[in-house]
Amino acid sequence: MPDLGEYAVYVLSSYAVTIALLAVIIGGSVIRSRRVKAELARVEDEHGHA
Amino acid sequence: MSIWEYANPLRFMGWTGKVLPWFWALAIAALVVGLGWGFFFTPEAENFGSTVKIIYIHVPSAFIAINAWFMMVVTSIIWLVRRHHVSVLAAKAAAPVGLTMTLIALITGAIWGQPTWTTWWVWDARLTAFLVLCLFYLGYIALWAAIEDPDTAADLTSVLSLVGSVFAFLSRYAALFWATQHQDSSLSVDRAEHVSDVFYQPLLLSMAGFVLLFLALVLMRTRTEIRLRRIRAIETRGRRS
Repeated sequence: MPDLGEYAVYVLSSYAVTIALLAVIIGGSVIRSRRVKAELARVEDEHGHA
Repeated sequence: MSIWEYANPLRFMGWTGKVLPWFWALAIAALVVGLGWGFFFTPEAENFGSTVKIIYIHVPSAFIAINAWFMMVVTSIIWLVRRHHVSVLAAKAAAPVGLTMTLIALITGAIWGQPTWTTWWVWDARLTAFLVLCLFYLGYIALWAAIEDPDTAADLTSVLSLVGSVFAFLSRYAALFWATQHQDSSLSVDRAEHVSDVFYQPLLLSMAGFVLLFLALVLMRTRTEIRLRRIRAIETRGRRS
């Protein structure tokens, strides 16, 4: 861990907020993608589509 | 083959399925190396102390926030002119990613502003335009959610993206017209102009990581939107028959 001195709280909170927001958009996108993919497979199966 | 054939939904799903894992792998690699290099292995800057390390997230996120809107404008114009569904679905897919990047840039900018400008926020032209851009992202997403007919939603959100482009432009170029607290640019073609090599190289890598992450997210989210349209189409046909 680098010595961030008196500004440590500013630097670390910036990185923490960034990681949290990126986790939300990446996680949300992946979960929605998987859910919709499964739903499409179910609907195609139900209606006899390839 | 015409370039427009790549926007055919079936063909789009084919080629994006092949390139998407590469985009994810390259994005993660560039972000880990770029941010790791910048955070752990760069020195403090003379005027900023260790807060200079915020540059590796603030500048790339602001860059994506502004250029994501321009990407939405281009794809929206393609929709309005050529009625390519995949084009406007890509714009819809990009909006939440652009909003996330805008929030990151706003929050990290405020956190960086406190120790360097001794204030969290100033109402100067550039920052205000960026805040308005954030509100346009929210409005764009809300408009898609509020209108049931997808083609009507696509038309109206496309017009909204054209209006919002003014604020995306001002977020980047306000310094040309007004005096702003915010510096003009951190990444100039003349790289000696703003940041030295020791910061510039990891910053470039972080930029590449954010660009690749944006592309990976937009491609994945566009594929999801295409699947959702197919679900609606199948269900509609099923109800009619």
